[in-house]
Amino acid sequence: MSEMTQVERDEDRTVSKTVALAKRIRLDVLEMLSRGRGAHVGAVFSMVDIVAVLYGAVLRVDPTAPGLPDRDRFILSKGHAGAGIYACLAECGFFPRAKLLAHYADGSDLSGHVSHKGIPGVDLSTGSLGHGLSVAAGMALGAKRDAQGHRVFALLSDGECDEGSTWEAVLFAPHHRLDNLVAVVDYNRIQSLASTADTLELEPFADKWHAFGWAVREVAGHDHAALLAVFRDIPAETGRPTCVIAHTTKGRGVSFMENQVLWHYRTPVGEEYEAALRELEADE
Amino acid sequence: MRDAFVRAILGLARADDRIFLITGDLGFGVLTEYWTTFPAQFVNAGVAEQNMTGLATGLALDGRTVFTYSIANFPTLRCLEQIRNDAAYHDADVKVVAVGGGFSYGALGMSHHATEDIAALRAIPNVTVVVPGTVWEAERATESLVAHRGTCYLRLDKSHGEEPADPPPFEIGRARRLREGTDATIIAAGGILREAQEAADMLADERIMCRVISMHTIKPLDLTEVKAACRETGAVLTLEEHGAEGGLGSAVAEACMDCGVWPRRGARLALRAGFSSIVGSQSYLRTQYGLDKHAVVRAVRQLLKTPQSK
Repeated sequence: MSEMTQVERDEDRTVSKTVALAKRIRLDVLEMLSRGRGAHVGAVFSMVDIVAVLYGAVLRVDPTAPGLPDRDRFILSKGHAGAGIYACLAECGFFPRAKLLAHYADGSDLSGHVSHKGIPGVDLSTGSLGHGLSVAAGMALGAKRDAQGHRVFALLSDGECDEGSTWEAVLFAPHHRLDNLVAVVDYNRIQSLASTADTLELEPFADKWHAFGWAVREVAGHDHAALLAVFRDIPAETGRPTCVIAHTTKGRGVSFMENQVLWHYRTPVGEEYEAALRELEADE
Repeated sequence: MRDAFVRAILGLARADDRIFLITGDLGFGVLTEYWTTFPAQFVNAGVAEQNMTGLATGLALDGRTVFTYSIANFPTLRCLEQIRNDAAYHDADVKVVAVGGGFSYGALGMSHHATEDIAALRAIPNVTVVVPGTVWEAERATESLVAHRGTCYLRLDKSHGEEPADPPPFEIGRARRLREGTDATIIAAGGILREAQEAADMLADERIMCRVISMHTIKPLDLTEVKAACRETGAVLTLEEHGAEGGLGSAVAEACMDCGVWPRRGARLALRAGFSSIVGSQSYLRTQYGLDKHAVVRAVRQLLKTPQSK
């Protein structure tokens, strides 16, 4: 094997860093949801690698100045995975990790669905599906009109692509050539009660986004190097918003949670918590 | 009122490039001057009110003052959750403007009768609700909303009341007393103020002297003016082109409960018939549903005949 170039070594270090970040986020979230008796662990684990790559290597944000006007924006449109963003922000230094343990607790501002109040680094409170992409498009439109260079990322669930309002925004963004806007879809193919295929079929999914005028990139959603390559190539096409369809596994990282509808809601406690902890700790 | 709004926003946009207007594909011939003069401060969202309101929030969170514009129930009920979760929860500087309050579009049918909007918007925390009664108020209200940070609702009407010869100033949250009297107070919001003013003229011929208030801000309500009406006049009547649940009359009644101050006699004139499946002009429907000047005259006479409750 030939020696790695400097670029490859840097890339390798970046991936090691984001993989380590993802592991810490999963461990934090497991503890948060177990202690707080919270739900949606499957939905969080599905998107952790996407979020770790974005915050670890892509987003231009500063934890010491979370309100900088020229920062990249990130909107978690699938607000039910709030625990994952709280853990990510804490791990990245936006606020102390100790605060995470208040998740779901009486009097806490760390709600199950992501909220911006009192939480540095959260750009938008969400929780009702189908809101995030419109707000992201507004931010992207504003940046364009002001000739500012920052990007706006919105992370959507596949389930929220059932919402008509999502498609209003999907129609809007290409019309206004918002190539500073990125919609990342966490496509784990499982929604609240059943698979997307058995609920409301989204396929041909990439074709739909493409037909609306988006540049579409499909990526293995747990492959950090692949995610990094896609996110470093934004906009994928000049003049078009980018849709990144991330093929993911719901509950990724804990064997008995993976691809199980049950773990959309179930709280990991007792034996299940211990077993999940062992698996996540062993994961390299 | 619509033209007054357009006049005002043209001036606002000229003075401040952070003013932005989004229409939900309405305003033919009305907004043309705006979008040709200020294309960088305008977007037509298409027939997509949820997206329009989300866009407005995104633009506002990054430092703009954003007006969303449509008619009847479209900028309000159609996207109520976006107003609640996106705009209001974030205290975003979004001004929701609905043209065609009440029965302004009476002939167009139930879909275009905006008769629950005040109740719905008033129930959402952080939302200021402004319902001008005159053309002058509509223009001042539009300007004042920009200085009044946060999410606001502006309900504009096709009809309008008249400004007195010596008009009192306009300030959000402060009612305007347009006519003085001590026998009864008529509190009105919106263009239906005209019916109150004409009724007051008719009652004056009978030597019943009415105070007429334009309660242009329904939230926050001017409690001082409500208390004054209760204490200083013999009866209080509210008048609105809106359902009886949750509108102006409800707000005034709630204020009385909260303040522990009661009118000697009181009544609420509002829509009590539910949906209107019949159509007609705004004035026809007011008559049909007992909200015109004759109904106001009858209601005031009735109040003053009622033995004082104690």
